[in-house]
Amino acid sequence: MTEANTAYEHPLMKAYREQLSCGFPQVAEVFEDCMAEALSVLSKEGINAYLEYARFLCKMGRGVEPVLIFLEEWPSIATTLGESALPAISDFIRKMWKSPNGRAIVPFLQTLAATSRRLHSQEQMQDYMDLALAFMERTTGSIHGIHTTFASPGLPEFFKHSPYLLNQVSIAGLKNWVEYGIRNYGDHPERQQDYFSLQSADSRAMLQKERHGTLLVDNERKLDLYLRGLWQTDAHFVPYSLKFDELRKPIPYYDKLGIRLPDVYDDVNDVSGLDRYRAVLAHIIGHQRWTTAIFADNYSPFQRMAIEFFEDARVEALAMREYPGLRRLFIKLHPKPLENACDPETTSCLRHRLAMLSRALLDPQHGYCDAQLLDFTQRFHDLMAPGGSNTESSTEEIASLALSYVAKTRRQSDQFARVHFGNTEVDYRDDNRHMWRFHEQSDDEEMFDDHRKIVLEEEELQGLPPRHYPEWDCNSQTYRPDWASVYEALHPKGNPAHIDQLLIKHAALAKRLKRMLDLLKPQDKVRIRYQEEGSELDLDVALRSLIDYKSGATPDPRINMSHKTSGRDIAVMLLLDLSESLNEKASGPGDTSDQTILQLSQEAVSLLAWAVDKLGDPFAIGGFHSNTRHDVRYLHIKGYSERWDDEVKGRLAAMQAAYSTRMGAAMRHAAHYLQAQKADKKLMLILTDGEPSDVDTKDERLLIEDARQAVKELDQKGIYTYCINLDPKADEYVADIFGKQYTVIDNIQRLPERLPQLFIALTK
Amino acid sequence: MTDKDQYKIRKEPFYQAQGKEVALYEAAYVARLPVMIKGPTGCGKSRFVEYMAWRLGKPLITVACNEDMTASDLVGRYILEANGTRWLDGPLTTAARIGAICYLDEIVEARQDTTVVIHPLTDHRRTLPLDKKGELIEAHPDFQLVISYNPGYQSLLKDLKQSTKQRFTAFEFDYPDAQLETGIVAKETGTDETLAGKLVKIGRTARNLKGHGLDEGISTRLLVYAATLIKGGVEPRDACRMALVRPITDDADIRDTLDHAIDATFAV
Repeated sequence: MTEANTAYEHPLMKAYREQLSCGFPQVAEVFEDCMAEALSVLSKEGINAYLEYARFLCKMGRGVEPVLIFLEEWPSIATTLGESALPAISDFIRKMWKSPNGRAIVPFLQTLAATSRRLHSQEQMQDYMDLALAFMERTTGSIHGIHTTFASPGLPEFFKHSPYLLNQVSIAGLKNWVEYGIRNYGDHPERQQDYFSLQSADSRAMLQKERHGTLLVDNERKLDLYLRGLWQTDAHFVPYSLKFDELRKPIPYYDKLGIRLPDVYDDVNDVSGLDRYRAVLAHIIGHQRWTTAIFADNYSPFQRMAIEFFEDARVEALAMREYPGLRRLFIKLHPKPLENACDPETTSCLRHRLAMLSRALLDPQHGYCDAQLLDFTQRFHDLMAPGGSNTESSTEEIASLALSYVAKTRRQSDQFARVHFGNTEVDYRDDNRHMWRFHEQSDDEEMFDDHRKIVLEEEELQGLPPRHYPEWDCNSQTYRPDWASVYEALHPKGNPAHIDQLLIKHAALAKRLKRMLDLLKPQDKVRIRYQEEGSELDLDVALRSLIDYKSGATPDPRINMSHKTSGRDIAVMLLLDLSESLNEKASGPGDTSDQTILQLSQEAVSLLAWAVDKLGDPFAIGGFHSNTRHDVRYLHIKGYSERWDDEVKGRLAAMQAAYSTRMGAAMRHAAHYLQAQKADKKLMLILTDGEPSDVDTKDERLLIEDARQAVKELDQKGIYTYCINLDPKADEYVADIFGKQYTVIDNIQRLPERLPQLFIALTK
Repeated sequence: MTDKDQYKIRKEPFYQAQGKEVALYEAAYVARLPVMIKGPTGCGKSRFVEYMAWRLGKPLITVACNEDMTASDLVGRYILEANGTRWLDGPLTTAARIGAICYLDEIVEARQDTTVVIHPLTDHRRTLPLDKKGELIEAHPDFQLVISYNPGYQSLLKDLKQSTKQRFTAFEFDYPDAQLETGIVAKETGTDETLAGKLVKIGRTARNLKGHGLDEGISTRLLVYAATLIKGGVEPRDACRMALVRPITDDADIRDTLDHAIDATFAV
């Protein structure tokens, strides 16, 4: 083209430019290209609206960016959504423009093309914008009645991530996720930003909950059963996330710590996510069974890749020998590269060749006709042929087959930097790191750094790692995932003689209790004979009565019998609230002593423990207190397998009170021990002196409702909860939590007497 | 006198020995020692007793024990007639009189006070006192007592008293190994070995899950059921689901895993 031509402008184009009338030089640079594209896809009215709106964006005083993005992106958006989507979108932008959220317009426009591709329809787009609008209104700050003064901190972040978010979740899921963020971080700008830019942990956890696909956590038991049932092995599963690593997709692998699997699998080719997990596991177990590690040092990367492909095929063949139905599953998941998909003149095709070969080894109807591929498929099957002495072949044998394959099919172009990857990845296979051994650990001369690090890590490991429990949020009727961290530790030990003294002090009470206990001692199902009314006829007695009757004597009318079971099969968990308030002096009518509530609880628990030990029911004691949700402490005092001995008494003697009462998390934690008990009836007794509360929760209803939810959960698990409350004003909330399953003990002085009696009454 | 022949086993039952149990049982019978057979459900305990009764040519009286069974149900009782009462022998008494093998199946199901009545029959006395009738029965020289139970119930309440246990010689049965079990399923139903082998494989899958949500694995008896259904023309996978999986579990996860095991075992 000549210079004259560049200067020339079509008159029509000039008219358009005038219609736009935008003075930014950057716009002038791209205008012609954008127009060309717009003209090819938009109608005449569409072009008009397009220019009109661009003109508005240009004049609205937000710099050049909005108009530039709009000019470039609109034609493609219009093709996916239709031109008629423009008014709604412009309306939405105008609303942002009028609010303090002008900064969010650019990210919105930037991601609009990508979001519209995800959403397809105008209705969905409208939902998305409604959602964003509500978001904007709720998070835009206002102080002292001056409305909408501060821009929403999370909105720009939200727009930036929206294509990714919509990729993971549906609009409904997105709504829940946004809702959660606004609710919990509405008044905390930095945290809100972290949440909506997917930086914070619970943001990811919430998103995970809303995701589509099969989650590993939901199916761990099934996979565990799968391994145990079909492969007679067990393994620890460690999930990794696919979502936050866009560039380098991690693939499954296993090492000493367990099998690493993606946290979620979508259904693919009619294969459910669960079956995909099973396929991965079958493949990995195949390696564990049949692969022996070989030295990698002498092989080139290509050779190693080929060996891996062949070895993968070998272990799968062996696994399919065990379970022929796996072939169907593998075939559905294995890519089927087209024979001529890769051009050996320009690209490195080794991967492509190997993927085809791997397909051919798996699928008898592969339909490839490359001579060498067929030859090696045959050689592979010969090697694996059953009937010979060595029917399983070996990693080394297969390695030599792979080497000769690489040698036979080598091409100059394999060295090219451009590698053909398309449709060659077998995503249910692991990364084969276990297959290789290395003579040399590293090329570095200094190797001792590694050792030092390991020592450091070991020192840091103290106490048990925390367990995370969800918490119920009554405002939204949802769970906050992994909200409370519970640290469990052994209770420190004190002097066991102290407890023995307490028991001696209550010797008279103990004697009375013992009599009650004797009545409760386990007995079997017993038959009650000589009943006038009963569940069935006692034939022997009936006959006797009949004989009496026939011989003229008065017959005994008590000819029925019934049964009653009095076998005891109860597991008990006593959960003690060890919060600060226990240190207060016990007050009550006729109060003369100056004992604290803690001391009285100690006496009561000692007596109860003694009583339950006499009965022989499985029994555990745990204490809890909390210092914010990040530090809920569960103190182990007595476990089910521990006897009522000095060790336990010592822990009980050292009981101390501090911090707050996060009851729900402690109950959930205690329940997971109680649940593991094999007993017909499971009873959790909670001894507390006040309502659930914690320093990080302003709304006291929240923790009360959470405790109530925990009671419901326990109920579903077959655990009966019962609360013994020492707070005289407890009626206000304790019924909300425990329904009718509670007792308030007003006269705390009588607690040592009442607690065992309560227990006996409950379990009679 | 009771008709002895009705208790005779006429046709040879199919029984595949797993070890030396046949010879050992014969030796116990020669000495008339009481025998106890332990093992999981459906592993062939009852079949074994039936087979031995046929082999020794003795009548066999089987009693299925249950919770409601009283001592009178075993020993006998007076019953009413138009003009008075009449004594009716219970199965244990009958066996002792006619010289049969008395087989008490699932003895732990019976109440503990009931099981005590067998004590005098199981030691050197070999007698059965009928206190209500005022009679002491000397056991017939051919009489032998056999009991079976399934220790898998794991309930502390359902166990035999030591005083009962220590009156018996015992066999411990388990499911046969894969090859033997394949043979058993094939022979019992007339299916081919490949199919039987596949069924056995599914059965073993379930047995691996014992204690992880399953109280008992899939028994040989259920495998035979499945093979029978398949032989009757039912599609193998449906037959397996119906005969092997649905009966043994209500746990959705386990059902899923076993269904997958079936799919993995039967290639199209």
